[in-house]
Amino acid sequence: MPRAKEAVETQPKTGRSSRRFKITPLGDAALYVELGQRVDTALNSRAIKLAQLLQARRDVREAIAGYASVVVHYDPEQITAKGLTAAVQKLSGTRADSVPPGRLHRIPVVYDGPDLAETAQALEMPVEELIRLHSETTYRCFMVGFVPGWAFLGPLPERLRLPRRKVPRKQVPPGSVAIATAQTGIYPLPSPGGWHLIGRTDVRVFLPNSDPPCLLRTGDRIRFFPA
Amino acid sequence: MNETGDQAPQFKVQEPGVFTAIQDLGRPGRRIAGVPPGGAMDRFALAAANLLVGNPAGAAGLECALTGPTLEILDRCVLAVTGADFEPTLNGRTVPGWTGLFCAPGDRLSFGGRRWGARAYVAAAGGLAADRWLGSAATYLLIGRGGLQGRPLKRDDVLHRAGAAPRPLVAGRELPQPFRPPYSSEPELMTVAGPQLGRIKAAGKRLLFGQPWTVSSDADRMGYRLEGPELPTTGADVVSFGLTSGCIQLPPSGQPILLMADGQTAGGYPVVGGVARCDLSLAAQLLPGESLRFRETHVETAQAEYRSRWAALARIR
Repeated sequence: MPRAKEAVETQPKTGRSSRRFKITPLGDAALYVELGQRVDTALNSRAIKLAQLLQARRDVREAIAGYASVVVHYDPEQITAKGLTAAVQKLSGTRADSVPPGRLHRIPVVYDGPDLAETAQALEMPVEELIRLHSETTYRCFMVGFVPGWAFLGPLPERLRLPRRKVPRKQVPPGSVAIATAQTGIYPLPSPGGWHLIGRTDVRVFLPNSDPPCLLRTGDRIRFFPA
Repeated sequence: MNETGDQAPQFKVQEPGVFTAIQDLGRPGRRIAGVPPGGAMDRFALAAANLLVGNPAGAAGLECALTGPTLEILDRCVLAVTGADFEPTLNGRTVPGWTGLFCAPGDRLSFGGRRWGARAYVAAAGGLAADRWLGSAATYLLIGRGGLQGRPLKRDDVLHRAGAAPRPLVAGRELPQPFRPPYSSEPELMTVAGPQLGRIKAAGKRLLFGQPWTVSSDADRMGYRLEGPELPTTGADVVSFGLTSGCIQLPPSGQPILLMADGQTAGGYPVVGGVARCDLSLAAQLLPGESLRFRETHVETAQAEYRSRWAALARIR
């Protein structure tokens, strides 16, 4: 399943950053714009804002916010890499103030996953405590991607963090609610997976008949509750 | 259905081949939901096939991996076979690739066997009718959408035309060999340095760009795991970010992964390079066991080469 580095670096937060972006090509029709290297809500908000500004350009096909970056897919027939780099760099002072808080989703979970007892044991806490900690936190969707509908949710409370399973499962059913490292997530599709399955939800996060075909979007807030 | 018969039955599938599915030039604009553009692995070959039969470049056609299908022609049309050479035959007689061919009801398109390449493309005048999902007919196997019910062809499927042929049915239009991509069984892929190339230091960079990489058996429309000298991997993963086809990921194994048309849209492995769009056509024609090389190039060079190769299609437009 998706891998994302957990928050480890502790850099002082700067309320307004006018530092220049680190911009590198990603092939010959996209640019990778790095805002930082941390899992951090403020950085993610800036990435979302930057992606919004870039998405509005005619020469940009898609601007995808990551945890702390934006990947800009552009049309090389309309702008050069150098031209777009300069245009993006001009936005490096943009603040994220105008990004409204993401939509809040309240998602019912039946906490009866096949790994629930084992996970609670590994975390050295009763199952009830695991459920309480998992469901009393409001998570942020830092990014959507990897497979259709997959949302990277976090950060997980410190006490719930475990490495991925040593042996990934060959098949995880959609709707499985899982945790691993500093993240939690809902499996959108039947797929292999190495996360700890602690519950399941009837809420579907991959919506093939909607456009965009996903429930959760970057910047959204997610709260689980025991069903 | 169109009452004038524009959407006439075009092909009946007598043998589907190893893996034949409907593709077009993809489904842009849905990475935001984790959906890759997908579409033809060898985009140039599909575009050429379409133009040879008078279609727009992005009409829906067939992508045939490893072997070709056997198709009974149900209605008169012009078709073209491009990409890999699987020795196309019409009623048992060898016919040229990259050429518009006139076919009548009862004719049979088949393939003698693989001479070269991994994926052949078949286009028919008017394009193929398909389930469209989010603006594209491309078959996306992972979720079973697009194309023909989101799956590869099977025996007795009947494929319909999407609409009337946009041009008179004139056969014989051809794209000569010098105007096709420089296919090779060990291609050198133009590659732009990736955001985390610096992490593997000069020694790793020499290996990445100096050594051939073998396509492993773990190779499909999502990506190719490559085998070769172990690249140094320094430092941890990156916080997940957006990816695109052509990205060369470097997992902790030190063996790179080349993302292809249906590749994941986000990931946290370092990306050491990005293969130029036009050279993904060359990669698309490789089979497990074959090799490729990465040659470092500038963005501008890769873009100029793309323009120059696609300009060749003006000959058959």
